[in-house]
Amino acid sequence: MPIKLNELTIKQAQDKLDKNEITSVELTKACLTRIKEADKKIKACLTVCEKEAIDEAKQADEKRNKGKKGGLLGIPYLAKDNILTKGVKTTVASKILENYIAPFDATIIKKLKKAGAVLLGKTNLDEFAHGASTENSAFGSTHNPWDLERVPGGSSGGSGAAVIADMCLFALGTDTGGSIRCPASFCGVVGLKPTYGRSSRFGLVSMTSSTDVPGPLTKTVEDASLVLKTIEGVDEQDSTTVDNKSGDYENFLFKNLKGLKIGLPEEYFVEGTGVGVKKTIQVAVEKLKELGAEFIEVNLPHTKYGVPAYYIITPSEISSNLARFDGIRYGYSETNNGRNSENDLMSIYKKSRGHGFGPEVKRRIMLGTYALSAGYYDAYYLRAQKVRTIIKKEFDEVLEKVDLLLTPTAPHTAFKIGEQVDNPVKMYLEDIFVTGASLSGLPAMSINCGFVDGLPVGLQLIGKRFDEAILFRVGHNYEKATNWNEKKPNI
Amino acid sequence: MKISKEEIKHIAELARLELSNEEFEKYGNQLEQILGYIDQLQEVDVSQIEPTAQVTGLVNVVREDKAVDWDKKEVKVALNQAPETEANQVKVKRVLK
Repeated sequence: MPIKLNELTIKQAQDKLDKNEITSVELTKACLTRIKEADKKIKACLTVCEKEAIDEAKQADEKRNKGKKGGLLGIPYLAKDNILTKGVKTTVASKILENYIAPFDATIIKKLKKAGAVLLGKTNLDEFAHGASTENSAFGSTHNPWDLERVPGGSSGGSGAAVIADMCLFALGTDTGGSIRCPASFCGVVGLKPTYGRSSRFGLVSMTSSTDVPGPLTKTVEDASLVLKTIEGVDEQDSTTVDNKSGDYENFLFKNLKGLKIGLPEEYFVEGTGVGVKKTIQVAVEKLKELGAEFIEVNLPHTKYGVPAYYIITPSEISSNLARFDGIRYGYSETNNGRNSENDLMSIYKKSRGHGFGPEVKRRIMLGTYALSAGYYDAYYLRAQKVRTIIKKEFDEVLEKVDLLLTPTAPHTAFKIGEQVDNPVKMYLEDIFVTGASLSGLPAMSINCGFVDGLPVGLQLIGKRFDEAILFRVGHNYEKATNWNEKKPNI
Repeated sequence: MKISKEEIKHIAELARLELSNEEFEKYGNQLEQILGYIDQLQEVDVSQIEPTAQVTGLVNVVREDKAVDWDKKEVKVALNQAPETEANQVKVKRVLK
């Protein structure tokens, strides 16, 4: 049965482009048509740049006609709206940057441009990437394509929903404490958080500089490896990128799993994890055993302190990083607000920030300011950083004994929109299984491993620093032996 | 963990946020709730532990300190985002009284 062009994986599209069976313009138009038809219900995109996309696709086709091949040339994608794109609005789903146009591209966008990938538009997120549901977007929640009454996860929820609904061939997200993996899990796509320092943060709207990392959301594991290959690498403009040689991803994909040791951390399978999720993960474990992997029970006793440590470190870095939004240089400002024409500098700061930021952003800035303020620094921030040391050490020690870890990505499937929006602690606990890899800077990937009541379940693989290759190897073998990644919502 | 109204106001002042009375009330309660949850960090023995601020292992990454020209068009786009400009510069309200 012929499938629509927008439904292709990157790998399939590359093949057809290389054989001159299709053009990038056709591929791009198919995605734009799909966005028009499906996004009324899903609301994954904040900006669609139709004209620019067609232009870029034409250029890609010309290059291909001149003999250039492979890579991401002519492949259409969407980028999360906290990644700067020159000339195309970057709103961070916030009123404070509602009309902001970046004067330059983020490094990863620059790399994709150079490779000839086609930017279709920008996707919805929780305001400033603060959240696990996209409900904190100033422009309204994205709807999960599997059930429109449910959240797509967050904060890269628009990217997750767009990929499963075939609006693009892949999407970019950012992951600070699960923001790529959570929507990948809730939407049933592949979501890779690379090792911290693998891909440049230059040109991301900073949230938590010590854990932020951009990565891909894709339809297959192999596609994730292709995108990583393009966006990774040391960047002079991000001093935290590490000059680590790229993994030999292609060869790794096709190695079998014989002799591989996978750790199952006991703390990820106890209280709070849904029965359906547990069962689905267990079935996946059995499948991987059949494929030759060996499983070993391991312990990460400080797992439960991950979320509380994260919710001190993150708001602290946020309160500092978001100080730049002052109503003076860019973004929402009360400077020229008629009734405020007599405003002094201080009241411009306070009014612009007070009126420009949404509730969760203000909550986090307040929490971070509190944790860093005189008298509380030692009790909160310093202590959280010490707990971070313990969590990181625990992961490193366990990863000496096994090649990688396997856990559920989230304790349950996608929840209903509005269900827990007024309960910040409950919302923060969404991150229970994803903060550990973030605080430790480890690569982690979520892949779909089945369904509970029609909603996808995410399986998380966590590897050693800079060993994304092993995640791809396990993920790819699993994907070939099952076909969960081929299931699509009816929308 | 009880946070007084004065304390909440002080934090908002430090954070340069103008908040409504309802917001003071709401964030005050929610901060208490969140900090109550976070207080479990006190159970962990951290007496012999060094803090971790970053995980790359990189130390003192430096580059040459030289000014690089910025594309004129990009400068214009950047300046156009500011609410007030004068003579190709961002205009700021009086800082010194």
